[in-house]
Amino acid sequence: MPKSDKSPSDRQAIGRRPIRWHIAVFLAPAVLIYTAIMIIPLFGTLNLSLFTRADDGSRTFVGLANFATLFGDPRWSQSFWNAAWNNLWFFIIHMLVQNPIGIALAAILSSPRLRFATFYRTAIFLPAILSFVIVGFVWKLILSPLWGVAPTFLDAVGMGEWFAPWLGLERSALTTLALISVWQFVGIPMMLIYAALLSIPDEVLEAAEMDGVTGAAQFWKIKLPLILPTIGIISILTFVGNFNAFDLIYVTQGALAGPNYSTDILGSFLFRTFFGFQLQLGDPHMGATVATVMFFIILAGVSVYLFLIQTRLRRYQF
Amino acid sequence: MSKARSSLPRSAAAHAILIAYTLLALYPVFLVIINSMKSRRAIFNDPLALPTPQTFDLVGFRTVLEQGNFLLYFQNSLIVTLASLFFVLLFGAMAAFALAEYRFRGNLLMGLYLALGIMIPIRLGTVGILEMMVAGGLVNTRTSLVLVYTAQGLPLAVFILSEFMRQVSDDLKNAGRIDGLSEYRIFFTIALPLVRPAMATVAVFTMIPIWNDLWFPLILAPSEATKTLTLGSQIFLGQYVTNWNAVLAALTLAILPVVVLYLIFSRQLIRGITSGAVK
Repeated sequence: MPKSDKSPSDRQAIGRRPIRWHIAVFLAPAVLIYTAIMIIPLFGTLNLSLFTRADDGSRTFVGLANFATLFGDPRWSQSFWNAAWNNLWFFIIHMLVQNPIGIALAAILSSPRLRFATFYRTAIFLPAILSFVIVGFVWKLILSPLWGVAPTFLDAVGMGEWFAPWLGLERSALTTLALISVWQFVGIPMMLIYAALLSIPDEVLEAAEMDGVTGAAQFWKIKLPLILPTIGIISILTFVGNFNAFDLIYVTQGALAGPNYSTDILGSFLFRTFFGFQLQLGDPHMGATVATVMFFIILAGVSVYLFLIQTRLRRYQF
Repeated sequence: MSKARSSLPRSAAAHAILIAYTLLALYPVFLVIINSMKSRRAIFNDPLALPTPQTFDLVGFRTVLEQGNFLLYFQNSLIVTLASLFFVLLFGAMAAFALAEYRFRGNLLMGLYLALGIMIPIRLGTVGILEMMVAGGLVNTRTSLVLVYTAQGLPLAVFILSEFMRQVSDDLKNAGRIDGLSEYRIFFTIALPLVRPAMATVAVFTMIPIWNDLWFPLILAPSEATKTLTLGSQIFLGQYVTNWNAVLAALTLAILPVVVLYLIFSRQLIRGITSGAVK
């Protein structure tokens, strides 16, 4: 029996009934691959952050010294906090733009007897299936001052002088990228909320109408409280996705996350630390340190959701 | 239906908003596709126009097909995605069946252990994964990608499939047992066919992130022979950044297969999301 066989019952069951080998056989492939490729490397990475490479190439244990470097050494801590704050801003934009738009679209889509609803949701969800490489480049081309699609559009609505090469300016690049990411993923909250809205029974809505609660009031007073748990799930999915994002930044701005690191987020910072870029050599131990910090940030977010938010949300059973 | 819920101005406003947003979602993609078929001059002179006989030009596609190894990249992506998908579905369904069907000590704990991977992204273990792949001599092989993606896809697959496995009728399975079927036969001939719709949903959810991933191909398999389509087009686009015909054509070639597949499977995907699988 594989050592990771996860059925302690088998041990205990001896004497009472035959060992149920099939349970182990069913579980073993998934558990073995998951443990070997995901869990062990994850803890291996956490462990690596406690070591450093000595001059002779051997590994030496340094305790929390890497973390002291990351937070204490001004060069490291400046890059780290820059990436962390940028990441937070990236997340805030998603929460303030993506999720409200997703909810609004879902609310409109779920209105009864809306025609072409299938067409709309298929179309609006489409960008979510495209790769970051495609999305990044498509928007890079559209926003490029060389091509002139964006300025033409703005001219058409009389806002021509508002145009700027947003991706190239330090103060607007990060927000622009966040909005591109919102454009790509707005379909996901939309679909989840849409599903939640459809599962509200008609009787509840009819009862509300009998009491004269219709339209917007009905949405705010009846539907929104009922879909709060779904909004909670969407928020935590957004959080994990954003604090783990990398591809869009890498595709549009490169590993240097320019201009002048203004679009650096934790994922791109991890990549640069681990692999190095231009003159700086990659450092697996500092990379592991950054990954460990990201792990605790995500763990903290997930815990806040599980223990503080989810338990307080009121769920309604129909 | 009451008047309040479907009056004419309200529904006109709803359609106006939805059409506006649909345009916003589709137009950028549409713009790239139409411009990929125009001459360089037309791309810049009138980017918003459809290609006309005068401006029609496929030079971009020729450059892409001559310069890039796109057929090889496509093949790599296909092999990696299909192999990972196969293992995720088979192993995921087996584990889900065990968790849903049998009572044994540690069942709940095992379910939680496997569900951990839904919330903690596998990317954070990259340093450890790379070390392991180097030690195992698997760097620059498609096998390394298949292993990683299988591990990445399993948690969600087990989670969703075990919900559906619980709904498979006990009577059916017990009838099989009385007829002397082994537990393996019961899984393959009774449970698996009955959860086929859920398998399709899981397949779509698993496939999209694998096909689109840039991180692991970049780190584990960046060699020319193992590049996936996503990584290959990223590098191609970076090199040809000033050749607009080639860039637009490469983007179009990358978009079209995904969009066609999406249009075929969107019903399945949307039904999967709305059936409450993710609730």
